[in-house]
Amino acid sequence: MKNESIRTSLAKGRGLGSARNGTEHWYMQRITAIANIPLSLWIVWSFLSLIGASYDEFTIWLAYPLNAILMIIFVLNVFYHAYLGIQVVIEDYVSNEILKMIKLIGVKLFFFAASVAAIFSILKIAL
Amino acid sequence: MDNIDKEIKRPLSPHLQVYRLPITALMSISNRIAGVSMIFGIFMLLWLLIGAAIGPDSYKYFMDFASSTIGKIMIFGWSVALFYHMCNGIRHLIWDTGLMFDKNIAEKSGYIVILAAIILTIVTWYCALN
Repeated sequence: MKNESIRTSLAKGRGLGSARNGTEHWYMQRITAIANIPLSLWIVWSFLSLIGASYDEFTIWLAYPLNAILMIIFVLNVFYHAYLGIQVVIEDYVSNEILKMIKLIGVKLFFFAASVAAIFSILKIAL
Repeated sequence: MDNIDKEIKRPLSPHLQVYRLPITALMSISNRIAGVSMIFGIFMLLWLLIGAAIGPDSYKYFMDFASSTIGKIMIFGWSVALFYHMCNGIRHLIWDTGLMFDKNIAEKSGYIVILAAIILTIVTWYCALN
């Protein structure tokens, strides 16, 4: 057998650093998933009413406070959920550690920038 | 013992070239594919919001693309991926509570998810085209 040492697994693992953030990733993926259900139905419903909308029609629609608020919540929730999902996919399928790190950082920065860009745009139209 | 383990390159399980994936496994991987593919939906949403924030001209660029054939195919694909990912996600959320793990029920709920996603897609596009 491999394990000939009398040292326990805990003794070997201790001091090698934390397992990062425990269950938070899994938990937040579920929280955002639940919130995504009504938010996605709302966005589909909204887009259906906006088919062929002119610039004025679209900006008036987005300037309505409830729509602007829901759109910001939608963007934050969807982007967070997408970030968590893509992070797991990268961790699962990219075996090269350096490439993996580069992609994880890239995805994180992209979603941060995308969130700022989307929320700024919504506010610019709505305010 | 250590050396023998390293010399033999055993195939990974499940061996994808010869193993026919059951419906549950196919739905698991396609759920991921649907989720990742919706990144295109995020790009289009960003284009719409930023375009509208810049002004009428850039908004028109987006609308011209969205109403083109490629744009329509992308939006249709997005709706399919969204409804499938949503319905299968609800199935996963139920699993997270520890329920419906029985093999037969897991297969049955899989077919229900596919059916629900198809119905939602049809209803949405019926509303869109009428």
